[in-house]
Amino acid sequence: MSRIGVFVCHCGENISATVDCGRVAEVCGKIPGVVHSIDYKYMCSDPGQSMIREAIREKRLDGVVVASCSPRMHEPTFRRACEEAGLNPYLCEMANLREHCSWVHEKGEATTEKAIDLVRILVEKVKHNHPLFPIKVPVTKTALVLGGGIAGIQSALDIANAGHKVIMVEREPSIGGHMSQLSETFPTLDCSQCILTPRMVEVAQHPNITLYTYAELESLDGFIGNFKARIRKKSRSLDEKLCTGCGLCTTKCPNKRIPSEFNARLGQRTAIYVPFPQAVPNKPVIDRTHCTYYTKGKCRVCEKVCPTQAIRFDQADEIVEHEIGAVVVATGFNVKESDFFPEYGYGRYKDVISGLQFERLLSASGPTLGEMKRPSDGKTPEKVVFVACAGSRDKAKGIEYCSKICCMYTAKHAMLYKHKVHHGEAYVFYMDIRAAGKMYDEFTRRAIEEDHVHYIRGRVSRIYERNGKLIVQGADTLLNAMPVEIEADLVVLATAGVANEGAEALAQKLHVSYDAHKFFVEAHPKLRPVETNTAGVFLAGACQAPKDIPESVGQASGTAAKVAALFSKDELTREPLIAMVNRCAPPLYSTCVGCFLCQSACPYQAIEREEIRDRSGKLIKTVARVNPGLCQGCGTCVAFCRSKSIDIQGYTHEQVYAEVMELFA
Amino acid sequence: MKMGYFPGCSMGGSSREYGESLLAIAPELDLQLEEIHDWNCCGASAAHNLNKKLSLALPARNLGLAGQQQLEELLVPCAACFSRLAGARHELHQDEALRHEIEGVIELPLEQMPRSLNILDVLQKVFPQELNGRLRHPFAHKVACYYGCLLVRPPAIAQFDRPEDPQVMDQIMQRIGAEPIDWAFKTECCGAGMSIPRTDLVGALCAKILEDAVSRGAEAIIVACPMCHSNLDMRRSAINKAAGKTYDIPVLYITQAIGLALGLPPKKLGLHRHIVPVRLPERAATPVLEPVSAQEES
Repeated sequence: MSRIGVFVCHCGENISATVDCGRVAEVCGKIPGVVHSIDYKYMCSDPGQSMIREAIREKRLDGVVVASCSPRMHEPTFRRACEEAGLNPYLCEMANLREHCSWVHEKGEATTEKAIDLVRILVEKVKHNHPLFPIKVPVTKTALVLGGGIAGIQSALDIANAGHKVIMVEREPSIGGHMSQLSETFPTLDCSQCILTPRMVEVAQHPNITLYTYAELESLDGFIGNFKARIRKKSRSLDEKLCTGCGLCTTKCPNKRIPSEFNARLGQRTAIYVPFPQAVPNKPVIDRTHCTYYTKGKCRVCEKVCPTQAIRFDQADEIVEHEIGAVVVATGFNVKESDFFPEYGYGRYKDVISGLQFERLLSASGPTLGEMKRPSDGKTPEKVVFVACAGSRDKAKGIEYCSKICCMYTAKHAMLYKHKVHHGEAYVFYMDIRAAGKMYDEFTRRAIEEDHVHYIRGRVSRIYERNGKLIVQGADTLLNAMPVEIEADLVVLATAGVANEGAEALAQKLHVSYDAHKFFVEAHPKLRPVETNTAGVFLAGACQAPKDIPESVGQASGTAAKVAALFSKDELTREPLIAMVNRCAPPLYSTCVGCFLCQSACPYQAIEREEIRDRSGKLIKTVARVNPGLCQGCGTCVAFCRSKSIDIQGYTHEQVYAEVMELFA
Repeated sequence: MKMGYFPGCSMGGSSREYGESLLAIAPELDLQLEEIHDWNCCGASAAHNLNKKLSLALPARNLGLAGQQQLEELLVPCAACFSRLAGARHELHQDEALRHEIEGVIELPLEQMPRSLNILDVLQKVFPQELNGRLRHPFAHKVACYYGCLLVRPPAIAQFDRPEDPQVMDQIMQRIGAEPIDWAFKTECCGAGMSIPRTDLVGALCAKILEDAVSRGAEAIIVACPMCHSNLDMRRSAINKAAGKTYDIPVLYITQAIGLALGLPPKKLGLHRHIVPVRLPERAATPVLEPVSAQEES
């Protein structure tokens, strides 16, 4: 016979105002197996907890039901109290009399009856509870940071400075990401490269950071604290140890007319190239799709001029493997380009460009060396129109979200343009000015009031070219939707921020969920913004949603703090409320028949195959086994299991049926 | 290819030449058109402003009749008719209760409503890949392809081409030897139904369209909608008045241009019915460019 204690809490008046707590305690005291039943004003207070502890000791309780608030609120409190009195904490359950009863019902007999029912079913459950023990898993104290933009850089440096090893993987030949392409940054107008490049160098020189550029994650296996990452180092076609980064090969390469990705295709690069002079590492790669040797079989000029004979045309990709404890995903975003805007003529008119391209025109390291010249004929544009929300907040275009950064960078663009072309005129078409942030609204006001940028509230319907001018047609909604037509020399579209190429494939490799726009999804939008639903995989920066630099950096440091906390112990302790495939005596071994439906159902790849063999090594049976490090206790496998061989610990079939049977008894 | 045909009022009336030229080129393109028996007005211009049920029942009856004739696809050359028929089908598919109600009104079942296709959609389907020999007089002119509003909008219903910068008419015209210009007013409003109450407004709107086409060197404007044609052609004096100058650029239906390229007599194509005479600059026929794929193969 069980010896269960029931502790009914008044929660001040939260429960006792509508539930007769005294009667609940009295009735529940008569349930078979209950040996102790009392009510008290604040069960979570110190005296309340003492009452539980004393009762466990004095009445030798083997189960506790606390009838109070939600277990979300105080389950850890009461379980700790039980543990202190020597009772396994998982033998303590909570009946939620507050959220499930007193708060949602009027005072009355039926309310008290419902409260009694809630306690009764929990008493039956506790009778079937078993002691459970936390799961411990070892931790490999190395973090994998995917993406070498500002978010990845910040996260990697913070983790490395906390004393842990970091493996950084960047897809492009250099780290730096989009921030390295920017001219000046809002709201302080400090030079992007000037604040970024020292950080890039720090990453390269940090003793705790191993940097793989021109590399991609091939696969990730394992679970929190115990991942195994396979990384593909794409061939740079040169021996990095021999290359000194002198750059002779890039100046001699005869293939000089390839659109430069770094300059957003406004400039050109060679087939063997370093993306930009401040690149880290400052070692070139051969772009095999454009290199004359790879396409036509001859040239090899770079090989001839290289003073250290570092060129390796036959170099193959290399796969490296690392043991990893945590993953930081900081793979960034992209801006919408191509012919997504036929009405704006992007891609058709050379002088209709994206915001990122305008950054390159403004940048001192850009194709015009920072001089304000338009792409078509190199003339200084006298009239520039900026179109905010090009694609964003447009359901018809399939992008209903706000890209967040455009209001600010458009104000910055207009301002920087006015600083370079004093007599020029800048127009901004906008829907709303969303400038929430420290010094942000002041910044946009400055553009309007001090730099005299014309802000027109309305959308642009169409842009077309006539006699060398770009005709921008729009409406001014503050002037009764009056049609506006501006003859511009240059149009800059603040195109929507979208998920990076390959985001979907990467999410599938990492088992991280992603939304309809292929942005990665956090575990909780407010309270767990840097975690994913896969334990040990964290998010930083614009791979989650469009973000500006301060926000990306803040989130990256947050991610680093999570990783450092994970690495602060040698072993991880996890709640044991996970799935278990039953085991029993031979000759059955388990009721599992090895159909592995559960394996296909599990969202976390936590189901493994276990082979049961006899002493001579002969295979008797293959059954499912749950990896306790990976299982998140979601219960999907339980629902799928045809032979009912899987149970969630703490929520077994036996326990749940006991509750249901009691309710209908 | 065989398909249903809904002429609507304009094919025999205000845009008789559109109907004539369509029926003239159809056999050349192996297109067999089966007219809906006892068809009625589609309800365009007026019904949808007056009575919602009427605006659905009118096109629905035509769809119901076509369904009875076992027609799966329906060519609707008039852009306004196309908009009404496609719109009604869309709406009645969305709302089953409404469909039953309309079925009661027209006393016809509407389980099988054929899909309406506009003229460009059909031409794109039936135009033969190999034009060698059949193209007797390549239409070697610079043309402004004018789509107007109803062929591509609303995108969810029309489900045709890129709504902001359509391409299909340009591609078809290219295949008969024309050189479509890149211009800005492909889908600009011509004034449509304002032709009668506000001719001055139509004049001003159409003047913008003609000015852009002419200034970019177009020798003809190609249309696929009776309303566009009547505004750009019949209202030319109002346009000239609004612009303060005289435009003599002719406006041709795409079916007429194809007919000329196939060597059909102008009279059979109804070219004599236009208000603005169809005078195109004489030009030595330039060899027609083969489709890109054919070039690659050779």
